[in-house]
Amino acid sequence: MKIRVQSEAFDLGAEVDAMRAGRTDIGAIASFVGLARDLNEGSGVAAMTLEHYPGMTEKALAALVDEANSRWTLLDVSVIHRVGRLLPGDPIVLVAVASSHRGEAFAACEFIMDFLKTRAPFWKKEETPQGERWVEARTSDDAAAERWR
Amino acid sequence: MKLHLLYFARLRERFGLAEETLEFDGITVADLVAYLQARGGVWAEELDGSRSYRVAVNQDIVAFDVALPDHAEVAIFPPVTGG
Repeated sequence: MKIRVQSEAFDLGAEVDAMRAGRTDIGAIASFVGLARDLNEGSGVAAMTLEHYPGMTEKALAALVDEANSRWTLLDVSVIHRVGRLLPGDPIVLVAVASSHRGEAFAACEFIMDFLKTRAPFWKKEETPQGERWVEARTSDDAAAERWR
Repeated sequence: MKLHLLYFARLRERFGLAEETLEFDGITVADLVAYLQARGGVWAEELDGSRSYRVAVNQDIVAFDVALPDHAEVAIFPPVTGG
């Protein structure tokens, strides 16, 4: 398991290669990369800054991965989330899940993202032509997490 | 009891404060929130329930009826928006 909170960019290919290096038991790796967009709620977004709660963030992400491990048989999980100032097109978050078969990898990857959106203490502030604004939580994200109950 | 309070994101900006240490004689999270609301101004505006927020005690999000342990780290923040 790998959990990292960092300001630097990450490389999906390198993370997937690291996950499968030296092992032949993995049959499937499902991954998700979230990107910073240039438009949100009808306004252009020139940049965003991600703030987090050091200490709780790592703990919350580890708890999500533990929960995924208790629901599915997984061989490895990586979660990387960036903080600091990001520009449109920049990668924000990576989740990669390795398992024997695709079904568990797909499901666990989506589960981790859905719960990361509602439980991990990160906050986005956007720079728009109207000034800076904090992104408001979406009820659709709560609904996405709720369907796993 | 002694509490270490942390504020994040919009709340940190509105309160003009990232952290503080507090000598507090209440019992629950709800007592603490009522105490902070009583400061008035932005404290009342942000914590009176008209806007959503979460409270974490020792880095776990908790319900308002939870009792605060002595020397707890208590964080108050808006609903999260990462990912």
